This record gives sequence, C-alpha cells and structure tokens, in this order.
Amino acid sequence: MSMKALRAPLLSSLALLAGCQSVLMSPSGDLAVQQRNLILTSTVLMLLIIVPVIVLTLWFAWHFRASNKKATYDPDWDHSTILELLIWSAPLLIIIALGAITWVSTHKLDPYRPLERLDAERAIPADARPLVVNVVALDWKWLFIYPEQGIATVNELAAPVDRPIQFKITATTVMNSFFIPALAGQIYAMPNMETTLQAVINKPGEYQGFSANYSGEGFSGMHFVFHGVSEDGFAQWVAQAKANGGDLSRDAYMKLAEPSENAPVAFYASVAPGLYQAILTHCLQPDSPSCMTRMDMHAPKPEGEGGAAQPMGSAATGMADMSAHPAHSN
Amino acid sequence: MLAHPDLTTLIFGRLTLESLPLHVPIVLGTFAVVALGGLVLVAVLTYFKLWGYLWREWFTSIDHKRIGIMYMILGFIMLLRGFADAIMMRAQQAISFGDNMGYLPPEHYDQIFTAHGVIMIFFVAMPMVTGLMNFVMPLQIGARDVAFPFLNNFSFWMTVAGALLVMASLFVGEFARTGWLAYPPLSDIASSPDAGVDYYIWALQIAGVGTLLSGINLLVTIIKMRAPGMTMMKMPVFTWTALCTNVLIVAAFPVLTAVLALLALDRYAGTNFFTTELGGNAMMYVNLIWIWGHPEVYILVLPVFGIFSEVTATFSRKPLFGYTSMVYATVVITVLSYLVWLHHFFTMGSGASVNSFFGITTMIISIPTGAKIFNWLFTMYRGRVEFEVPMMWVLAFMVTFVIGGMTGVLLAVPPADFSLHNSLFLIAHFHNVIIGGVVFGLFAGITYWFPKAFGFKLDPFWGKCAFWFWVVGFYFAFMPLYVLGLMGVTRRLSHFTDPALQIWFVLAAFGAFLILLGIASMIIQFVVSFRRREALRDVTGDPWNGRTLEWSTSSPPPKYNFAFTPLVHDHDAWWMMKKHHYQRPLDGFIPIHMPLNTGAGITLAGLSFVFGFAMVWYMWLVAIVSFAAIVVVAIAHTFNYHRDYYLTADEVRRVETSRTELMARHV
Repeated sequence: MSMKALRAPLLSSLALLAGCQSVLMSPSGDLAVQQRNLILTSTVLMLLIIVPVIVLTLWFAWHFRASNKKATYDPDWDHSTILELLIWSAPLLIIIALGAITWVSTHKLDPYRPLERLDAERAIPADARPLVVNVVALDWKWLFIYPEQGIATVNELAAPVDRPIQFKITATTVMNSFFIPALAGQIYAMPNMETTLQAVINKPGEYQGFSANYSGEGFSGMHFVFHGVSEDGFAQWVAQAKANGGDLSRDAYMKLAEPSENAPVAFYASVAPGLYQAILTHCLQPDSPSCMTRMDMHAPKPEGEGGAAQPMGSAATGMADMSAHPAHSN
Repeated sequence: MLAHPDLTTLIFGRLTLESLPLHVPIVLGTFAVVALGGLVLVAVLTYFKLWGYLWREWFTSIDHKRIGIMYMILGFIMLLRGFADAIMMRAQQAISFGDNMGYLPPEHYDQIFTAHGVIMIFFVAMPMVTGLMNFVMPLQIGARDVAFPFLNNFSFWMTVAGALLVMASLFVGEFARTGWLAYPPLSDIASSPDAGVDYYIWALQIAGVGTLLSGINLLVTIIKMRAPGMTMMKMPVFTWTALCTNVLIVAAFPVLTAVLALLALDRYAGTNFFTTELGGNAMMYVNLIWIWGHPEVYILVLPVFGIFSEVTATFSRKPLFGYTSMVYATVVITVLSYLVWLHHFFTMGSGASVNSFFGITTMIISIPTGAKIFNWLFTMYRGRVEFEVPMMWVLAFMVTFVIGGMTGVLLAVPPADFSLHNSLFLIAHFHNVIIGGVVFGLFAGITYWFPKAFGFKLDPFWGKCAFWFWVVGFYFAFMPLYVLGLMGVTRRLSHFTDPALQIWFVLAAFGAFLILLGIASMIIQFVVSFRRREALRDVTGDPWNGRTLEWSTSSPPPKYNFAFTPLVHDHDAWWMMKKHHYQRPLDGFIPIHMPLNTGAGITLAGLSFVFGFAMVWYMWLVAIVSFAAIVVVAIAHTFNYHRDYYLTADEVRRVETSRTELMARHV
C-alpha cells in the first residue's frame, strides 16, 4: 500500500510540473491567461479537500489494518451526527466558493462578451476597434476572411498584438471547434450557425491553432499557424496577401469547399462581396432553396416540378435558424 | 427500394462482395484469429457434447443467477475486444509523428476509437453492471428470482444481439467513424453514407430494448419482491444503488431510443431533424443524446458505489458508516444527474448564465459524492481492515477516483472547459472515473461475489497481480494524457506534427501494456482458480463473513435461492441473524413455485439480429420477413402456458440436507 501512497500524488505533481511548460499553463493571450488562473485557483481550492481525503484513506486503511491489534476496534460504531454534518458541509463549503467563482468567471470570460482589458494592467483604449475575422471550418481546412482588409486566407491567421479580435465562426458541413490554445478557449464552429469569440493576443509569436472537435477523415491535418505580430507586421502580412493572392470568387470558394486533406496555406487578395453571409446561410447560388425565406417555402412550387418533393436534404433554412444564439448579438 | 427490382438487390440490398474487407490485412488477420478461436470453441463444445447442456442449462435459463453470470461473460469477452481497440490506438498515437503516419490510416483509426467507446460503455460496462445487479440483488432482498424471469432472459439475449451486430461490422462492411456518440452532421447520410452509422444505430437500438426491459424488471423486483420486514431503509446499499440505477435506466434509455430513431429517420427516410437544412438542428441531437448520456454515467457508477459500500463494510468488520446519508446521497445524485447534461458542450456557445447553471449543478453532484467517500473512510475508521483483493480495489478506487472527481469538477467550470474541452485532459478525466471508479468497482464486485456464484474463491495471488498491473498501468496510461491535455493536444487525432509530444504517448502506451498484463493475469486467475477449486472451495456459503442476505444461502445458491423466505429486522440482515445465533431450518419444507426455461428469448433476439443486419444493408425483404417473424414468435410465446412447475418438498429437502451434510463434513 505504501508504494501506492506515494505514487498517485507523485505522478500528479510530476504532471503539474510538466504542465507548467505547456501552452495552457503559459499562454500568450489575456483570455487564456485568465482561464489558466481559473484552472489553478479551482485546483488549489479542490486540493484542500482532495489531499486530506487521500491521506486519510491510506492512513485509516493502514492504521486500522486487521493485524494492528493496538488500534481501537468499535464494531458497532456507524453513526455520528457531528461527523455527518462535517462530511456534508466540507464539500458544500468548497462548492459554494467554487460556484461563486464559476458564476462570476463564466460571465466575465464569456467568449461573446466584448473585452474590457488588454491584460491585467491595461484597459482597452477608448478608440480601439476590434479586428473582425470571419472563420469558416471547411472539410478539412480553415478559411479566414478579413472583411476590413478585404483579404482571405486558408490555414493561416495573423493579428496584431494588443488589438482586440472578434472572430465570427461558422462551418460548412460538419461541426468543428475553433481553438488556439495560446490565445483563448475554444468554441464550436457549426453549420448554419454563428458563434463569436472575442480575444486578444499579448505577445508576438507563432501559435498553433486547430480543430478541437473530430470532424471526419481529414481532421488530424486541420491545423493552422496563428501569427501574433506588430501593427506593422500585420500591415505587411496583409500587403503580402494582396500581392500574392488570387480572387476568392463564389466559384473559387465552391472549389475550395470541396473536401481536401492537409490543405496548404493559401492567400486571396480579394473576396466576393457577401461571401461569408452566404456561407453562413447556405445560400451560395441565388436559386438555391436555402436562399428562400420560410414564407417562400410555403409558396406554390414553380411549374415543371409537378408537385414532386424536393430532393430530401437539399433544401435549407434561411436566416431564421441562426437565432439559435440570439442573445449574443452585440 | 423498388427502383432496382432485380433479385440480388432485393435479397442482399447494398451488401456486395466488396463490403468484405478482403483488402485490409489487419482486419483479415483479426478475422482469421477470431474465426480460428471460434472454430476451436465449437470443436471443444462438440467434442465434450456440451451443446445440449449449454442450451438447456444456460441459454434458455431464466434463473437470474445464470443470466447474471452470462452477462458477466459477455462483458468480459467484449472487454477483450474493446481493449484490443485501445491498445491499437495507443500504438498508433505512440508512433504517428512527423513523416511517420503510423500503421492505421484515418478511416481505420476513426472506426477503432468509435468502436472502443461504444463497446466499452454499452457492451462491457453495461452488461457487467447489469450482470452484477441481476446476480446479487435478488439474493440480497431474499427473493427467489426477478419479477419477470422470461423478460430477463430476453433482455440478456437482446444485449448479445447488439454486441454481435457491432462485431459483425468488423468483418462485413465497416463501423461508424463518428465518435462514440455519432454526432450529426457527421453521422448524417451526406457525411457518412456507408453502413457504419447504421450498424451503430441498430446495435444500440436492439441492445437498448434489452437494457430498458431489464431496467423495468429489476426496478419492479426491488419494489415488489423484498423479503418481509425489509423496508426501504433496511435494504442493503447495493440494492439501493441498483434501485436508483434502474430508475435512471427506465427514465433515460427511452431518450436514447428516441434520438437514435430520429437519426435513423434522417438517414433512411430523408427527414431533417438534425440536418442543417429545412429547419433541422444538429445541436438538438447533441442535447438529446447527453440527456441520456449523462445519467448513463451514473447508471454505471451508482451500482459500483453500492459494491464499494458492501465490500468496505465487510472487510472493515463494521456496519457501513452513515447508512442513511449514503442512501440520501445516492438519491440526490440520481435526481441531479438529469440537470447537468449541458456541461458536455459548454463550447456550443450557450450564454454565460446557461453555462454557469449547468456548471454549478455539476459541482453540486460532488457534494453527495464527497459525502460517500467520507462514509467509506469512516467505515474503515475503528474497523479491522482486511486487505483481501476486493478491499484492495476499494482503496485503489478511493485514491484514484478523487483525482478524477477533482478534474471533473475542474471541467465543470465553463471558462476552464473552454480550454480543456475535447482535449486529452478530458480523456484522462473520464477514464480516471470510469476505470478508477466503474472498472475497479466491478473487479471488486467480481472477486467479492465470485465464490457465491461458483462455490470457490478466486486465487488471491493472481488477483493481486492483476490488481497491481491494472492500477500501475492505469496511472501510466492516463497521467500522461492529463499532461498532454494541458499542452493543448486534442482527442481523436491519428497523426501529430510536434515531436515533443511523443514521449508522453510512449508512456501512455507502456501503461496500456501494463493493463494488458493485468487482463492476462485475470485470465490466468480464472484458469488457476478453476484448477485449484477444491482448495479454494467455500462450503459455508459465507466465505468473507458477510453482512447481507446473499451470504445466508449456499455457494452457489440452489435454484430457488432460499428454502424459506428470510425475515428481515434490520439492515445487515445476515449479520444480525448470525449475531442472534440463527439456526438454519432443517425440516418443514414446502413445494416451491418455479419458472420453466424457454428458448423464446434467444429466438427473438436471433431474429432481431437478422432484422438489424438487414436494416443496415437495406435488405428490405429480409427485414420485413424477420420483423414479421419477431411479431409471430412474440405472440406465439404468449400462448405458451407451460411456463412454471413446482419443485417438490422432497427435492428441496434433498438439496438442503446435502448442504447440511457438506457443512458438517467441513466443520
């Protein structure tokens, strides 16, 4: 037993040590830093009860072993009101504390909530305008559209250090999860729906980003590099995309959207107007049934179809279904 | 389906010779091994003329004890399959770095992790938990069988039919490549057009019928068939946890059935419940499946909490500390388990208030769970703790489970979950609670009740080998995954670019290898114990000096369990009877009303397997015929009036007298 006594705490502390070097424990974006702090606070709070329980388990088991005749044996003792109160209230107190922390931090670190600070010391400058990036999870690559800059990229992302970023995230066919561990927590990318992530990167560098939700065959290759750069560096990066990139027309997009694995980085100097909105609403061709509103769908069918049903699964909803998350438009 | 009226399509649907994986060497090799093993088994059974015995005494048996044992055997066989999947994944992830793509292409690897999850939950943990409840609970409440003995046999075979369908997918076609919960849109017909998801759907639907019926059966048994005097608050704790688990099964499994039916409609009939089109919403599926899925976690773990309670009390030589609070803790967990499902997908982007609500309800569950841990702790306090193998599992559980509980509560903090969700940290967490909780508990239970089932104890030496390999192996296999999770490594990847991660995966693979040795030790333990059965024989029926009623009857118990229904005055009924110098009645026996065996259960389940297979491959003709056959057999069975008999008083006397003589010889 004594071997095991040592092993569990030893291994977990080893894990913690190794974890200190890890991206989640030493992130570079303020949101991720706060999430890290929260992980540490919660863990310490819980260790207050976990460590004594482990120690008591091993101690009681050893001390009251059958061969230890010196230990008290009380074969009928099975109740103590004081102890019962204690064993219910100790976890209760921890959970009250943790629950309060949870309520506050969940609201404060809500990915939809506009940022209030750049980092622990600096508030958001009054004139700061977030950099908007539209994120589309394709099979199996990431498309990033920069509406302000008019460019788009595949599997490469860049943003200036200390400028708030607002990601608007959706997917084409299956669900993915948009995750740059150094920057901020993840959020699902879901077809026909839009999620938001507000974040800021505080240190320049190259960071890994990937899909954190299994999405099929090409999933393992669905990663990208996120560059945290200076304002100048960002301008250069944009200029480079403008200089080297092609045009992301709707046709080019349709081609891009074909499933592919380990897709190379690509730049687009220009983007078809309204492309992101069209992707979000599944309304890429004007005659697609997805572009109809719900009212239209109940309208009489165009002649020639003879009342035959639409091929199942090809018709789509319109904007109405984006209201899955209506509370977060900001 | 009438578009191709040719005969081949009508009979074989979309099943063609190409569906057989003749071009995949790994699968062919596996098939050869399984086929060879099967042939050897069939040959042995035929050589020893065991088929008739198996059919009469086991397959058609409606004795809850035999059905319970068959559930355990099913669970153990499927454990070997599920573990084979696990070790293949560990091997792939340990080598697949940089230019090395490993030995499994994604389409194969993705099937393996899906099958691993499905098999381990539905066909290992569930059968084992159900099997233990089936075997132990009626004995603990002093009943002669469950409330509906035939239904019990039918439920078991339906579970087998589901398991067979999953196994069939290994050699005919492919299994789902969607992850074990088959989230749409990935599991929709557009993204997964092949037969894999259909195997998934029909395997779970067929097994689900078994699970639900068994849930109803055990629930009614506990409510209606307790021995006189056993009020609710005098039930053994294992029976209490079985009660709560079966309440959960009855309330949760219909949700799974419904959500899988909707998915099947999307795939077969072109409806749009979970598509992105026509107002469908995939997140509805995610919600529904977790409304089943979270209670499922407690369906597995509650009975195991019951096992720990029984084992701790027995081997501490003390009554369980805080019986009442233990019962209330169990009930509180039962209720709360329905209020936490959304914590599986905080990252869906629900608002902060919704996420906080579900995060905090999740944390609240740790309060009764913590109270339980303390109860076991204070059961040992001032006891006389004996380190028999079941008790060793309890101690390993207590140390391991609190770590898993802690990481679980951490994951319940939404902003922390945004970083840790879907990472290997999550994988480490749930294996920490499922292996450290459910699996360790099942092993404790198996070792504890084995002598009751077979009349001899399991060999302790090999039991301790298995224990140490499993426990050390668990820490090696999953602690590195916690670290990898903190390094931001996500789950279900078949290839990695960062070579710095490799060492952790190698460590984890080493852990899996240790667990393999643990499983091997268990198999050796069964063989050695069988060969040494005379030395390990339990003639008393009470090898551990137990406290509850199952230890009052012989090991193995007679068909009728108890010659006379016991009278209960307190919890720990058998302990109190021993304390008051209970004398076994040796005369005055009366005839006992017994149910007769029937082959209807295995027939219905066999037809259900055919139906499921036909549905998977669009063999509409076969599907219609087999479905009609199911209905006909079910109706025909209701006309079977020859379903019970009386065991004569003389026969009871003969059995009881031989026990008396056996005990006298060994005093």
